[in-house]
Amino acid sequence: MAKKNMQVTKVPMPEQAPEIRNKNFDEVALGYTQEMAIVEAGRCLNCKNSPCVKGCPVNVPIPAFISKLAQGEFEDAYQTIVLENALPAICGRVCPQENQCEGKCVRGIKGEPVAIGRLERFAADYHMKHHKGASDPVQKNGKKVAVVGSGPSGLTCAGELVKKGYDVSVFEALHKAGGVLSYGIPEFRLPKDLVAAEIKNIEDQGVSIDTNIIVGRSITVDELTEEGYDAVFIGSGAGLPGFLHIPGENLLGVYSANEFLTRVNLMKGFQFPKTPTPVKIGENVAVVGAGNVAMDSARTAKRLGAKNVYIVYRRSIEEAPARAEELHHAEEEGIIFKFLNNPSEIIGDDKGDVAGLKIVKQQLGEPDASGRRRPVPIKGSDYELAVQTVIIAIGQKPNPLIRRTTPGLSCESWGGIIVDEDTMETSKKNIYAGGDTVTGAATVILAMGAGKKAAAAIDQKLSLS
Amino acid sequence: MYKIIKKEKLNDTVDLLEIKAPFVARKCEPGQFIMLRVDEDGERIPLTIADYDRDQGTVTIIYQIVGYSTTLLSQKKEGDCVQDFAGPMGSPAELTKKEHKVIGVAGGVGAAPLYPQLKKLAAQGTKVDVIIGGKSAAYVLLADAFAQFCDQVFIATDDGSLGTKGFVTNVLADQIAKETYDECIAIGPLIMMKNVVKITKPAGLPTMVSLNPIMVDGTGMCGGCRVTIDGETKFACVDGPDFDGFKVNFDECMKRQGFYREEEHQCRIGRG
Repeated sequence: MAKKNMQVTKVPMPEQAPEIRNKNFDEVALGYTQEMAIVEAGRCLNCKNSPCVKGCPVNVPIPAFISKLAQGEFEDAYQTIVLENALPAICGRVCPQENQCEGKCVRGIKGEPVAIGRLERFAADYHMKHHKGASDPVQKNGKKVAVVGSGPSGLTCAGELVKKGYDVSVFEALHKAGGVLSYGIPEFRLPKDLVAAEIKNIEDQGVSIDTNIIVGRSITVDELTEEGYDAVFIGSGAGLPGFLHIPGENLLGVYSANEFLTRVNLMKGFQFPKTPTPVKIGENVAVVGAGNVAMDSARTAKRLGAKNVYIVYRRSIEEAPARAEELHHAEEEGIIFKFLNNPSEIIGDDKGDVAGLKIVKQQLGEPDASGRRRPVPIKGSDYELAVQTVIIAIGQKPNPLIRRTTPGLSCESWGGIIVDEDTMETSKKNIYAGGDTVTGAATVILAMGAGKKAAAAIDQKLSLS
Repeated sequence: MYKIIKKEKLNDTVDLLEIKAPFVARKCEPGQFIMLRVDEDGERIPLTIADYDRDQGTVTIIYQIVGYSTTLLSQKKEGDCVQDFAGPMGSPAELTKKEHKVIGVAGGVGAAPLYPQLKKLAAQGTKVDVIIGGKSAAYVLLADAFAQFCDQVFIATDDGSLGTKGFVTNVLADQIAKETYDECIAIGPLIMMKNVVKITKPAGLPTMVSLNPIMVDGTGMCGGCRVTIDGETKFACVDGPDFDGFKVNFDECMKRQGFYREEEHQCRIGRG
């Protein structure tokens, strides 16, 4: 083994400069070179008890793959990751590693943790660039599983089951597979050709993906069972946008973050009029909310040419749900933060277009039910922010279509599907669910973990029958 | 890819396409719509289902050539394919047998979504009349098809080239004064539906309308199709597209419909 690199900081990630990247849709982070990867991999202590692995929802054998990287065995490193993680190029980019693997890294105690996410990304990108071969066919076991939704949880569940010999059919409502990876996360954070390559990889293993099939409308969950699927996994995500329910929300120029990002990402609206789906953006834009989706929306608005883009959030930066890296990138790109600012009304002009956002300033009071300090309005602090576009990014809930059309499926009052936490099985026999449709909007990796857990449970149950 | 089995030109701006889409055909009901993309990178266009054949696995749509994407669609021939055809979307219209009669009011291509609704009512044994409007004779759609099951087919044209000269609302006002109806179903331009309600509301005749706002996905994901019904925001794609006409805020619908007018123009120029 090579000598350890005892640098306390990570090898920095090469990035496009903020002033350049906030005008294009190319990826912000450029990725490690081979030399950088080897140097950073040398920081891993290869701890026997591997706390990092315990922090990973899909149990990637982290020290094992990093030690391969340290030795320059890049393809082996990739093969080690994919034993446990079907979508490494994606996870390496969008996982909140600081709360997971890297959050547990021993090197993080005195300095920065090992850049596990960057190294995972490097291994996946290396493989994509250098290896094109198809994987070996697996002996079929004669059992069929239907997967509803082709986002992170569905793709993971499908990928795991096909490896075990199941016939897996994925049904996707939109015209393109990927779920939030395709419609939600912007190109500059997660390039779409890379998402397509990861999906093709899963298809090459034998998973069939049918787009344009809206489960709940085109076919119901019960009909899938009647058609002979031995199990169904529901990974339909949290696609229903939340609104503020304040006056003026139906004015022209108010978008849900879902609509805004779908127009730009899935429909490629950033290339309009080269592509025919338009997206209209004002000179001044307010994005309401401070999660990752809000940061994506704000940074996208800036790239579309908005002069001033504001993040308007009723709590303080401490409570902002976005990853630290996203907040940092947004700030670098010139996004203006308006924390402790609560919108109370959207003002329109005589044509019905948005003209401004009425805001009441807040101060933090006692903690509320979520454990975060409750924002309390400051009397007489109202002011109007002149904007022409308002993007509402305050969270999404599960789409009601499946629960309305699946009798006997138990759900929470807010819409989440209720599952057995060990098996991900729902109140209906052999119907499983996982990802945002169970938890409400969360992260890609948690959804993948759920898909993986469900696949294991499905396999365990069906292999007995 | 979804194959065009049949294409018919109904007039110089309106086409009928019958498209092979078994997943849509086997489940769709009157009142529902589909989402279509002509080609890769194409726009998602919502179109209400005009008819369907469960055995053949086909769905009929009728559309007006209004912009870039519908022009592109109109260039497709029989035997060609469209890239995507997803559905059915939206809630089926509530169509139950009525005691007296139902009157349908269609303006322009609104005749297409109205057709399966009245057909289903007639098949259930409800008597139906229809008023079809268009700017001139060529723009009066499906009159023969409606005549197959309607008691009376009234026609109104702006120029008087067919039927009564004037608006469908003139005919409607006369007709509801003459006969007893249980319900009116009006589908057409927003201004027509608004004016229908101006007549039926004072007369106490329950009126359903079908809204076709701007939307992206059609499954409840974008919220672009927000409409105000009785002061409450609804998504036309999942809560509709049919709503109680008395409760619809038509003025807001009209404003929202025009949001991308400039871009539509730019798109046609930019893309030739």
